[in-house]
Amino acid sequence: MSPMVEIKGISKSYGKTVALSEIDLTIAEGQFFALVGPSGSGKTTLLHILGGFIEPSAGRVLIAGQDVSSQPPARRPTTSMFQDYALFPHMSVGANVGFGLLMRKVPRTQRLSRVAAALEMVGLSGMNARRIHQLSGGQQQRVALARALVVEPKVLLLDEPLGALDLNLRRQMQQELLHIQKKVGTTFVHVTHDQEEAMSIADVIAVMNNGHLEDVGPPARVYIKPKTRFSATFMGESNMFEGTVAGRSGESIEVDTAFGRLKVPGVAEPGARVSLSIRPEQIMAADGDTPGQVPLGVLQVDEVSFFGTHHRCLGRHVKSNLPMIIRLPQHQAVGIGEKLNIAVQREDIVLLTQ
Amino acid sequence: MLKNFLQTMFNNIPAAVYVALIYFFIFLPVAVLVLFSFQDSLLPIPPFQGPSLRWYQAIFADFRIMEALWNSLMVGVVSAALSCFLGFLAAYGLARYPVRGSGAIQWLLVAPLSVSYLIIGMGLLITFKTLAIPKSLSAVIIGHVVINLPLAFAIIYSQMGEHHANLERAGRDLGAAEWQVLVLITLPLLWPALMASFFLSFTLSWDEFIIALLVSRFDVTLPVEIWSLLRSGLNPKTNAIGSMVFIVSIFLVIITEIAVFGRRKSK
Repeated sequence: MSPMVEIKGISKSYGKTVALSEIDLTIAEGQFFALVGPSGSGKTTLLHILGGFIEPSAGRVLIAGQDVSSQPPARRPTTSMFQDYALFPHMSVGANVGFGLLMRKVPRTQRLSRVAAALEMVGLSGMNARRIHQLSGGQQQRVALARALVVEPKVLLLDEPLGALDLNLRRQMQQELLHIQKKVGTTFVHVTHDQEEAMSIADVIAVMNNGHLEDVGPPARVYIKPKTRFSATFMGESNMFEGTVAGRSGESIEVDTAFGRLKVPGVAEPGARVSLSIRPEQIMAADGDTPGQVPLGVLQVDEVSFFGTHHRCLGRHVKSNLPMIIRLPQHQAVGIGEKLNIAVQREDIVLLTQ
Repeated sequence: MLKNFLQTMFNNIPAAVYVALIYFFIFLPVAVLVLFSFQDSLLPIPPFQGPSLRWYQAIFADFRIMEALWNSLMVGVVSAALSCFLGFLAAYGLARYPVRGSGAIQWLLVAPLSVSYLIIGMGLLITFKTLAIPKSLSAVIIGHVVINLPLAFAIIYSQMGEHHANLERAGRDLGAAEWQVLVLITLPLLWPALMASFFLSFTLSWDEFIIALLVSRFDVTLPVEIWSLLRSGLNPKTNAIGSMVFIVSIFLVIITEIAVFGRRKSK
């Protein structure tokens, strides 16, 4: 796939505060791309730079091979779906959706049919004449989506558009966004602070923190094999522990840790201090004597809560007193104070060198 | 809301009496003024005789009063329109662009609100004299812009918050040029605020006496004309004019209420 958006060395600072530092990122055509990170990580700033609302301090933005760095929002082949929807309250639904076409001087008859088609796509057929304040939050959301897509932008920018919805509606809209994106094939760049949302809808995720990119990749890779400590903890719960590299053999290393000497996939120099991470759901209550499994010793359970899909147990590793979180399957209930033998698949231990 | 208000009021009889007395004394002079404008005899004093419309007939036949009325309307409309236009420009600039010393500029723009009309009038008189601007209706218009611009600016500026800025951004994002954003988004959204400032400015100009007296000469506004009528003694004719002025003011206040608060309720 050819690159649709190329971000080259983009930096932005406000006085002495650095909002973005030297971001390089390529987004392929037709991709659903999610920028995820905590608030203040610079994800919204980056999105606004793509839309042309913020001028970067340095760097260039290319869209479909064209340098748009110096173009105002009106001239860019992008449209935005704003956090508060920014629907025009003094216009009808139809006039809102048709606004972009009117600005592009599309003839009236063509405009009306395209507005009708866009409203149908978002499931609001026949709502042309409604006023904005007569619509529910979810409906306003759809109008905003139709308004941004009807002008057939090359890239649609979504600025936390699902933030104001309740959980059920949110999940439903995520599905719909995904569905519509696959149908129209437009490149979507979606900003969110909800890592579950990012994983469930995006083809590629970029994790941002403190104005730089921590990790970029498909959701499964970013979740299962995170590149950095930050992305391991931000993308979900994680058991993080330190170790010293004892030896190296080809594509794997031996690390001395609180759990004993572990052989993990990865490359590092002997003697180096490294971090290892294991996702709570990858730790199982087992002796670890089957091939491929690594025994981790004994865990004493301190707290248990039931989450429907799993039991979340907080406990301590008996030998090292290291706090741990593990998730046990529904049918494997444990009591507080119980001691469990725990183990993990060797390939699920992730080496973090950054 | 009104029902609750009435309930609490009648639960508390002394408070109700107190409120009734306040309104009685506030509206007594106006009621007396309006009542005696229908007086059938030569003096607007009790006993009331009539009702009669003879004094209304007299003012409509009075060339000078009609001219003053027309002057007042003209000064009101022109000064209110100018105040809104200048107030809008100032508000737009300060709300949408980073301006150095914007706090000080805003303070300076609103400061005339705290100065008495008499001081402003004297200041204008001296300034006009220095600049060799003759006393005229145009001078009155300038004076009324001085007192109404701060008000228009404050009302319009208060309505130009981040939410409106975001809507303008959405317009630009969809391909609107700056003038299209202004005409299709900014102005329609500000319409209630513009209407409110216009009618409020008009009402204040319509009533204003001191500045109009100080900076006008041959052509005068209605309040100045009424004042010169009063100097020759009480006359039901002045009551009739006063009633007219009062009715126009009330009418404008109602329009302003509907333009601003009516819209807000429908949201």
